[in-house]
Amino acid sequence: MNPFDYRRAEDAAGAAAMVADNPAAAFLGGGTNLVDHMKLGVAAPEVLVDITHLPMDEVEALPEGGVRIGANVRNSDLAAHPLIRRRYPVLSQALLSGASGQLRNLATTAGNLLQRTRCVYFQDTSTPCNKREPGTGCSALEGYQRYHAILGASPDCVAVHPSDMAVALTALDAQVVVQDAATERRVPIARLHRLPGEAPEHDTVLNHGDLITAVELPDMPMAVHARYRKVRDRASFAFALVSVAAAMSLGADGSVSDVRIALGGVAHKPWRALRAEEALRDGPATEERFAAAARAELAEARPLPGNTFKVALARSAITATLRQVHAEARGGDGHGGPGGHGEEQR
Amino acid sequence: MHADITLTVDGRRHQLRVDTRTTLLDALREDLGVTAPKKGCDHGQCGSCTVLLNGRRVVTCLVLAVAGDGAEVVTAAGLAEGGDLHPMQEAFMDHDAFQCGYCTPGQICSAVGMLDEAAAGWPSAATPPRASAEGAVAELDDTEIRERMSGNLCRCGAYAGIVSAIGDAARRTHAAAASGIPRPAREGGRR
Amino acid sequence: MSTTSERPAARTGAIGAGPRRVEGPAKVAGTAAYAYEYRAADAAYLAPVQATIARGRVAAVDTAAAEAAEGVLAVLWHGNAPRLRTDAELPGLQQPGELHVLQSAEVHYRGQPVAAVVAETFEAAQHAAALVTLTYEQLPHDAEFSAGRTDLATPKEDHRQGDVKAAEGEVVVDQTYTTPMQHNNPMEPHSTMARWDGEAITLHESTQGAHMVRETVAELLGLEQGRVRVVAPYVGGGFGSKGPLHAPTVLAVLGARAVPHRSVKLAATRRQMFSLVGYRSPTVQRVRLRADAQGRLSGIDVTATVQSARLGDFIEEAAGPAKSMYAAPNRRMGHRAARLDVPVPTWMRAPGECPGMFGPEVAMDELAVACGLDPIEARVRNEPERDPATGKPFSTRNLIACLREGADRFGWADRPAEPGARREGEWLVGTGVAASFYPVVPPVGGSRALVRHAGDGRYVVSLAAADIGTGAWTALTQVAADVLGVPLEHVEVRLGDSALPLASLAGGSTGMMSWGSTVHAAATAFRRLHGDDPAPGAEAAADLPEVAHRDDYAMHAYGAQFAEVRVNTDTGEIRVPRLLGVFAAGRIVNARTARSQFVGGMTMGLSMALHEESVLDARFGHVVNADFAEYHIAANADVADIQAHWIDEHDPLVNPLGAKGIGEIGIVGTAAAVANAAYHATGVRVRRVPLRLDDFLDAVGA
Repeated sequence: MNPFDYRRAEDAAGAAAMVADNPAAAFLGGGTNLVDHMKLGVAAPEVLVDITHLPMDEVEALPEGGVRIGANVRNSDLAAHPLIRRRYPVLSQALLSGASGQLRNLATTAGNLLQRTRCVYFQDTSTPCNKREPGTGCSALEGYQRYHAILGASPDCVAVHPSDMAVALTALDAQVVVQDAATERRVPIARLHRLPGEAPEHDTVLNHGDLITAVELPDMPMAVHARYRKVRDRASFAFALVSVAAAMSLGADGSVSDVRIALGGVAHKPWRALRAEEALRDGPATEERFAAAARAELAEARPLPGNTFKVALARSAITATLRQVHAEARGGDGHGGPGGHGEEQR
Repeated sequence: MHADITLTVDGRRHQLRVDTRTTLLDALREDLGVTAPKKGCDHGQCGSCTVLLNGRRVVTCLVLAVAGDGAEVVTAAGLAEGGDLHPMQEAFMDHDAFQCGYCTPGQICSAVGMLDEAAAGWPSAATPPRASAEGAVAELDDTEIRERMSGNLCRCGAYAGIVSAIGDAARRTHAAAASGIPRPAREGGRR
Repeated sequence: MSTTSERPAARTGAIGAGPRRVEGPAKVAGTAAYAYEYRAADAAYLAPVQATIARGRVAAVDTAAAEAAEGVLAVLWHGNAPRLRTDAELPGLQQPGELHVLQSAEVHYRGQPVAAVVAETFEAAQHAAALVTLTYEQLPHDAEFSAGRTDLATPKEDHRQGDVKAAEGEVVVDQTYTTPMQHNNPMEPHSTMARWDGEAITLHESTQGAHMVRETVAELLGLEQGRVRVVAPYVGGGFGSKGPLHAPTVLAVLGARAVPHRSVKLAATRRQMFSLVGYRSPTVQRVRLRADAQGRLSGIDVTATVQSARLGDFIEEAAGPAKSMYAAPNRRMGHRAARLDVPVPTWMRAPGECPGMFGPEVAMDELAVACGLDPIEARVRNEPERDPATGKPFSTRNLIACLREGADRFGWADRPAEPGARREGEWLVGTGVAASFYPVVPPVGGSRALVRHAGDGRYVVSLAAADIGTGAWTALTQVAADVLGVPLEHVEVRLGDSALPLASLAGGSTGMMSWGSTVHAAATAFRRLHGDDPAPGAEAAADLPEVAHRDDYAMHAYGAQFAEVRVNTDTGEIRVPRLLGVFAAGRIVNARTARSQFVGGMTMGLSMALHEESVLDARFGHVVNADFAEYHIAANADVADIQAHWIDEHDPLVNPLGAKGIGEIGIVGTAAAVANAAYHATGVRVRRVPLRLDDFLDAVGA
């Protein structure tokens, strides 16, 4: 780890200015990703601006019906917050399926959004990686690919975004509040992260020095029935192979009046499944249509030799999650497990 | 680059000068000689370095000491007050919930912090969504304990003993609380 | 009292009881000091620099920036590192090539230490190590492991009986089974604190054998053994990798020689644990069974292809256990090795047996299916009367008893014969069984124990044994207390220090057989010499007793493991809600710690079944999933109901205590039981570990 200077900011705009003024400066939140990367040599900031003391640690109901989450709210506090558990349970579930209790007690909301890929080559400074060192090549293209993208990748980068929380936020149409040295602006979550294209070194659309101060959730009644399903290799404390966040509302006739679907573990960004949503909206809620929607979303999937299984897995996970949220929306017993609803489906 | 910080560790206050690069884990182990928290991976992936930081369980390998200025830290050594083992430590002995002992102080701190989280009504990934939404206090069955303790890896494979030890300690603590025996005090606490 | 052929009379009942661990309070309070944790006011820190090529030479080393960095005490490389003896006569288990660190410009594997920095602080050392610039003359490397290679070596002649090609019978199982590269990954990384005071060197070391380290370091440095001291009372696991010495220890020794009068500390990073301290070789096992329609084997043919290194040969003897498991007149077992530009493999819990029981035990399940037999019955039908490998009688063999008792306890009788027959909600449910096996192996090195009366009826027992989590510390205390006829609290066992009497390595599950027998002999000698009312300071010592019948009998421990597996019908996710093992491993000295040994082994076996795989990227030559986030070991949530039982086995022939080893057998067979249960749940036969959800996606219709 290179020597660095440690500073604390007085306020958000000041923090943004401190980082914006120095290309080698970085914000320090919970540190669970940045300190990890500094030890690996993946990140080497010369100045750390600690923002954890800034007053951005509240979860509050907004007058128009949504919820505002301060950027410094720890993942564990957010997951346990009554407003979130009652109105946006998918967010609580996504958070609780990520990392470990000890990490969730440190990791912040903004830090979770900005965590970087787990691609093994990105983390290994002895191997080429376009994201870490632009122009050196992508080692994963012909390497270890189990945890890599099947959607939206480029010849320069096949990495995936590792956050669970961001997948739930994507399904919830969250807005990200961003402060720079001068102004505040809002970025829809779906536009925060980017696809790799020819510039995989950029994970998001944020500029150097932009500080996330909050995340706002819109009022979304159907979110009460939303669910998060994470499929992974280990029963706990593992990154997603594929994850699905889904919400559904039903019309009086039982048809799908509205739906939100987002996927994790499949792309360089949390993947909003717009094709699947489109295929489902305003039609009957049947197993066949759930499966067709999943197929529609994955029609464009381009798996790598080492992760072809993820297409079928994602398809099946989407279908199963839709089945589950449909049961929830209908008021049935939606959660899985032995003796659950699964039997009638096959 | 260096900074002067204050840490209260297991009830003792220390003033020390740290390299800004020093993690809380290394400050404890190398600067203060408090070696109950262990370095198993140094990247937040094993839980061996778990302590209670301001009352909460955290991994100390990813916390910069300079950022922890003023913090109160309780390690497994601090749980054993005046030489008397904490009920969780006794339970680990009874259930042979360890072998080599290297992950053990972290497991024990994590377990103590986890019981507090459960007592505060925090859900886990194993909590049924409906119970969580209704704010129901989690019933701490074995499935809940396993999920909540999955941030602490044990290579000797003592998980079965760990789960029964924690269940036992939770019952003992609960019984002690019900009978009016005070629970062991701990520093700090944000909740 | 006892002789080597009689079970010793328990005087206090301490042997066989289940006291809590004697070192438990120190471990739960975190006050037990592991190697890196000794306080030293003059500590210095060593950080290795590792090669980024897999084969070639270091052409140039630029140390200027590192030397100029704050706090740097020394930068070592092959041009200036203290010399090690090239003609050192190292103990047989050591890999000289691996240990001659910084002695030449040659690079034999990616990750090999090519330089090292010693600095005032950990942070300064890490930072300066990154400032060392190396230039290489790179040569093409070969790190592609495959059983299809044309240059495979035959390390030793195949074991042959009868003519396996001529074996007759209408049922044939002919399949290939594979196990991946795996890493030991004890939670405590390999750690050393070394201090050279100009005359002698002291090492605080995470090791499975203090005397072995002393002898090796003395040889490497050309010192008398008396000038090397190795202290290691607490060791945070090893599972084999802390048996032989590896490069980090030598680096710390070189650092100590270069910076005398400082305590030079080095703990391998978790990432370095994947390149510097050995690993279990991948295996490809071609297993051919031939049997009659009733499942009676006429031929067993096993070829195990394994990975070794050009730098040094280590053969994972995965074809070994098939030599003596089941009866068949015609048999052939052999090994083929790919010698690659990779680090040298090493011991990992039950080397040989652990991977080597995966293929054959899944094959036995396939044989049972082919013959329409219950898998237990298929094994019973092939029970040998004498050890097939040697023709000797067994001292004891209770495999069938383990299978039967396990079947009872597990509820095997309710099992549907057909696979895929049970579904509960969104889970397909199946059960499977496999056998466990571990030989009684001779200890590595001799042992001697000293018993001293400290006064007031209190005794100190000394020997340089290592308790790496096995429970040996407690069990040895029990043995001494029992023979001396005193309460447990009146015995203090001192271990883990080369200043204490010689003790064999903690390896091969030999602890109780060697140290236990030795302590037993020393305590017996003490009472014989000094009676029941000894003077304070009275002493007696004894060496490891000879085992009278070692060569006359085949001596092995056995077990049976049962697994219930659930496979999710949407995602193929695999869960193992139940594991049950029954073992026959001689006398159990401590029921509490023995259970932990068995359960711990089974848990690691479950981890092998579902998770563990080191991904060696042959383009680079190193393991790329080199941390605990990517190399999964079982987490708490993976382990549900896991039980170990044992049968009361009385084997007076193995040693005076009647104890066989229990440290490794628990991991043997678990993965096969899980794979067999997964087949029973889904009808999908997976012949590879780890089993992954992708294996079942087609079957569940995803």
